Amino acid sequence: MSDINVHVEHLTRVEGHGNIILNAKNGKIEKIRWQVSEAPRFFESFVRGRPYHEMSHITSRICGICSIGHALASLKATEAAMGIKISEQTGILRRLATHGENLQSHILHVGYLVAPDLLGVGSVFPLIKTHPEAVLKIVKLHKMANEMSDLICGRTTHPINLIPGGFSYIPSEKQFKQLKQRLADSVETTNDVAEIVLAHAGKLPKFTRETEYIALTSNDEYALYDGDIGSTDSGKHPVKDYQSITNEFVVPQSTAKYTKHKRDSYMVGALARFNLNSKKLCPLAKKWVDKFGLKPISYNPFMNNVAQLVEFVHSIEDSINLIDKILGNGLDRYERPKFTVKAGHGVGALDVPRGILFHDYTYNDKGICTKANCIIPTNQNHNNIQKDMEAFAPTLLNKPEKEIELNLEMLVRAYDPCISCSTHYLRVKFI
Amino acid sequence: MKPKVAFFDFASCEGCELQIANLEEVIIDVIKLVDVVSFREVMKEHSDDYDIAIVEGSITRPMDEERLKKIRNKAKILIALGACAHLGGVQKLGNQWTSKENKQIVYGIANPKDIDDNNPFFEKPKQRALDEIVKVDYVIPGCPINKNEFARVLIALLTGKKPPIPDYPVCVECKKKENVCLFTVGKVCMGPVARGGCDAICPTYGNECEACRGYVSYPHEKAQTDVLEKYGLTLEEIMNRKTMFTYRYIEAKKEGEKNE
Repeated sequence: MSDINVHVEHLTRVEGHGNIILNAKNGKIEKIRWQVSEAPRFFESFVRGRPYHEMSHITSRICGICSIGHALASLKATEAAMGIKISEQTGILRRLATHGENLQSHILHVGYLVAPDLLGVGSVFPLIKTHPEAVLKIVKLHKMANEMSDLICGRTTHPINLIPGGFSYIPSEKQFKQLKQRLADSVETTNDVAEIVLAHAGKLPKFTRETEYIALTSNDEYALYDGDIGSTDSGKHPVKDYQSITNEFVVPQSTAKYTKHKRDSYMVGALARFNLNSKKLCPLAKKWVDKFGLKPISYNPFMNNVAQLVEFVHSIEDSINLIDKILGNGLDRYERPKFTVKAGHGVGALDVPRGILFHDYTYNDKGICTKANCIIPTNQNHNNIQKDMEAFAPTLLNKPEKEIELNLEMLVRAYDPCISCSTHYLRVKFI
Repeated sequence: MKPKVAFFDFASCEGCELQIANLEEVIIDVIKLVDVVSFREVMKEHSDDYDIAIVEGSITRPMDEERLKKIRNKAKILIALGACAHLGGVQKLGNQWTSKENKQIVYGIANPKDIDDNNPFFEKPKQRALDEIVKVDYVIPGCPINKNEFARVLIALLTGKKPPIPDYPVCVECKKKENVCLFTVGKVCMGPVARGGCDAICPTYGNECEACRGYVSYPHEKAQTDVLEKYGLTLEEIMNRKTMFTYRYIEAKKEGEKNE
């Protein structure tokens, strides 16, 4: 068997900078490494000294794709620290914001970043010529999701309206009705796109590796905005105990902060949420679960792409229900938060497109942040990506080098990694 | 021949590049006018032969500095995309501490030897805007950029015109939108000194301007001082009050004082 040397520097069609290294001699793997070379930005250091009302605006800048999720996790931490209660309306609006982000992030990933692999091209650009109808449908859904996020949050990337205790601006009843109509109208397009993915789903490798899945979980809903921490291994845990779940640790021969819970590694994201909460999905989403033959617990990381598509359908259905609820209750456009700034410590958790996210802040009595800790979904996945690679690569060695490379790239992409998010620089060393 | 365009990113959230994807159908038209030869976030292909380099992110370590210099050498035109490239981003605030202190806070539990300056990934991290390292031809400001402004700048460049970046304060656009002035409701807004072009989006949604597009070249000191006095503030106070995106100016002042 010939020697194999795969070195993908700065993996494409993911957010942030990561490298894949595989060296094999005579059919034996000598080195397999998922490496992250993103420049550190030190968010947890420089937020010290910032006032509470700036925190969600600063930390949303951790990530351009999931900035709404970061803003909401940040607000939840601030509200927990200062004992701020939110209204039912705020809770519904924030759930809509979460769905808007889930919709835009998932369609971006499945439609723009993953579809080229399924159709055998390098990017979405050639598909504009070869598959114009499919591309236009994806663009239409992406646009709808972005405009929904713009409406609820003022802006999709780095939201404006989301503030401690509630909202600084709330759209009109008419705008909510229009949004509901657009969501209802997009169901058909969504079904079309899902059919296209289903027709090519056979190209997703049939690789499985048992691991632990962690996501928010709730008795009341398919948990995204709120819930307890759920694990497929150990059941429910309160959010305040997050550090006993994430267990950040340093490997002596590496600077990487890893996370692990019951096993060597765990996975977060759409597949983890599906594995824990599939019963709570809306009816149409469940229909697509059946069509794709997805069953909990699915141990195939490539099915994360399919789980994202299922969640896309769910987010459309649930958003329509939430709009009905908010209009049924009578919309109060001019509800503004009232609270007293005080010292305290609080943790906020949210399940964002790439998985469970924690923000943890300490404030002094003037509302100035004195300490912060953020644990990002992709940080929690890096260790699982490495373990998957170690298990997946040996099954690929008889393929041509280009195909091995593509398969490993597809594995990393399936996690939809958001590397800039990793506030901790992370280097995975081959041990 | 179509101009060859390449996108690059350094320390950032990549949200500005995302705004380009968020142009939706418009992007399909735009890419007919140019030849996108590199765009890591969305395409696998890459070429080192390009005319226009569009660069997002701040420059952190010597290895990043080298990469930026190489890009500058190859590009005929270099554009700084967004607040990180333009001003150093929110992460510029980290420069208030030494890199050793920052590393201690974020990687406290690591072995100090693993993260010292001998490891190139950890070498002397300090956030700088692009023009602190190389010559920048044009800036598209904002956090994130205004996607329509991006399209306007690109079209101007392709038609040989000077890209139209406003040099008036956010207040101009805010007044045009007939917003209630945030000073009158007890808030402190950067609008009077911050560069417009964002359509005053933050004040429109009830939030103070944070000057993500930097300051105008020449704040109209006299008129603004008069207005601010009414609210008990000096121009200097307001420029120092919010530093989320504008720490660069304070840092430059400090550096200047050191050199004097």
